[in-house]
Amino acid sequence: MQHGKSPRNLLMSALVAGAVALLSACSSTPDAPAKVEERSAQPGTATPSTQGLSTGTATPGNVTSAGTVGANSNADGLDPALRDPRSPLSKRSVFFDYDSFTVKDDYKPLVEAHAAYLKRAPKARIVVEGNTDERGSREYNLALGQKRSEAVKKVMTLLGVNEAQIESVSFGEEKPRNPASTESAWAENRRADIRYVGE
Amino acid sequence: MIRRPLATGSTACKSLQTWLAVLLALLSLAQPARGQLTIDIVGVGAQQIPVITSEFVGDSVQAQLLTGVIQADLARSGVIKNLDNAGLVRASEANSEGYAQYAARGADAAVLGSVTPGANGQFQVTFRLLDVAKRTQLAGLVYNVAAKDMRATAHRIADVIYEKLTGDKGVFSTRLAYVSKTGSRFQLIVADSDGANAISIVGSSEPIISPAWSPDGGRLAYVSFENRKPGIFVQDVSTGARRQLLEARGNQSAPAWSPDGRRIVFASSQAGGTQLFVANADGSGVRRLTTNNAVIDTAPNWAVDGKIYFMSDRGGSPQIYRIDPEGGGAERVTFEGSENANPRVAADGKSMVFVKREGGRYALAVQDFASRQVQTLTQGPVDESPSFAPNGKLIVYASIYNGRGVLAAVSADGRVKQRLASAGADVREPAWDRCPGSVARRTTVFVRQRL
Repeated sequence: MQHGKSPRNLLMSALVAGAVALLSACSSTPDAPAKVEERSAQPGTATPSTQGLSTGTATPGNVTSAGTVGANSNADGLDPALRDPRSPLSKRSVFFDYDSFTVKDDYKPLVEAHAAYLKRAPKARIVVEGNTDERGSREYNLALGQKRSEAVKKVMTLLGVNEAQIESVSFGEEKPRNPASTESAWAENRRADIRYVGE
Repeated sequence: MIRRPLATGSTACKSLQTWLAVLLALLSLAQPARGQLTIDIVGVGAQQIPVITSEFVGDSVQAQLLTGVIQADLARSGVIKNLDNAGLVRASEANSEGYAQYAARGADAAVLGSVTPGANGQFQVTFRLLDVAKRTQLAGLVYNVAAKDMRATAHRIADVIYEKLTGDKGVFSTRLAYVSKTGSRFQLIVADSDGANAISIVGSSEPIISPAWSPDGGRLAYVSFENRKPGIFVQDVSTGARRQLLEARGNQSAPAWSPDGRRIVFASSQAGGTQLFVANADGSGVRRLTTNNAVIDTAPNWAVDGKIYFMSDRGGSPQIYRIDPEGGGAERVTFEGSENANPRVAADGKSMVFVKREGGRYALAVQDFASRQVQTLTQGPVDESPSFAPNGKLIVYASIYNGRGVLAAVSADGRVKQRLASAGADVREPAWDRCPGSVARRTTVFVRQRL
């Protein structure tokens, strides 16, 4: 529930297992590609699609490190306006009231701008990531974050966006933008973020 | 002095052979986990049984380990009080001088023992539990063990003592799973219930939540965000092999096992909203269980009677309901309090523990199904993720202490409390392995004879 510490940028974690030593560096910068390191009971079974993960194993021998895989490519083919701070498309966060999943009027222009872009660029895909503050159970908050992301999706589909362009997911309370336990931190964390696939 | 016959143990747990097969693996590859727990007892039972444990005789290093672990286990129970053993006559067998000393110190029961080096690096451990008033022996056992199994042997002895004195099964030979967060790194850790032998079975820069033990203690299901959204993974605890339960749109979360370990109930947004689904433990045969997309249904727990308990806001605020997965409607179970969440039904099916919100505080409460009576166990303000010990007498949960995530345990009557903190890490999301004796089962300890 609480996230009482400021985020630390780098963490070196030494996971020593028999003859195999594994070092990982994990960036907490949200948009940086995550370093992936995997350990698997058998070489070749590691799945390189996962992000920032290391699997411990208790099988002797056969331990391998599958190396590092970037999770993202750069935003090739995406409209530069998405990154232009002067464009409304650079604004990505819709904020919510406590225990609410109603998209407030203040955020309608933002959602409308993205909806208009998605209609112009039918190949563009977005993921709407719902988030909550830390109050309430983790499982309930995952579900509440899902309602927030689906509320944003619904506004867009009502505006004519093809539903297949939008995936709704939730991080619940697990990835707070502000880890403090204050009213203002909670307000920052009650949010849905629009992320373009490929960013 | 209470004495009751030994209850029969569970047979559903992972077999001895399997544990023996992986023993070497655990020893050679286990990662010493950062964030090992240390235990602080913060409340004890109203009536404690006074017990004196004499320092075991024989090999002094092993004797110190055995005596120390036994005493720590008994203290953690909250219902046993360790009496000072300084200056006691040291013996591994009962004699009248010893009985006089134990009685003089106020002991109801005394524990004596020995540890002697034998062939092939093995040790012979003996112990006796004595009824001081009656001057009779309540238990006496001999174990042949390797040095590496000395802690497990001490837990076994403590389990015997606890059961003989209270009539309840001990839980000192059980394991916990929990999530440790250090900086931005998450680890899923499996440790003995006293925090020792902690190993990290998976580490990630993305969140890990909701670990759930399979009933046989062999696998953990949990939620990992490694694919930029919550997904359910099932991992074999001994081999480390893991796989995603299923690929589907949206989130998959809150896994819970059926009592026979063959199925998993979980929450999913694959059809919009968050509803309950059931799948086979290999991810096949996915079936939707609750169907109203407009409400939240999550945090399921599959009780021994076959019913699934879960939280839902279908009535307005989050409350606890139960449903028969084979058919029929959901029935509301909680009526008190503004919000009730995360039910966990006791192994005997007679009560459940859950998180109750009251005046902005989140605390644990227990509800007896027969009487519908609710008892608040903790004060909060942020207590969550309760999990019953296999004997139903203790509940481990996540709490906040000095601004840091800690694990805590409370007896089912609310009297005994302890805190399990980890230096330098936030620990949360505990799950108690429901398979009793799983620590001992992992080792080569065996009982040679009764004394």
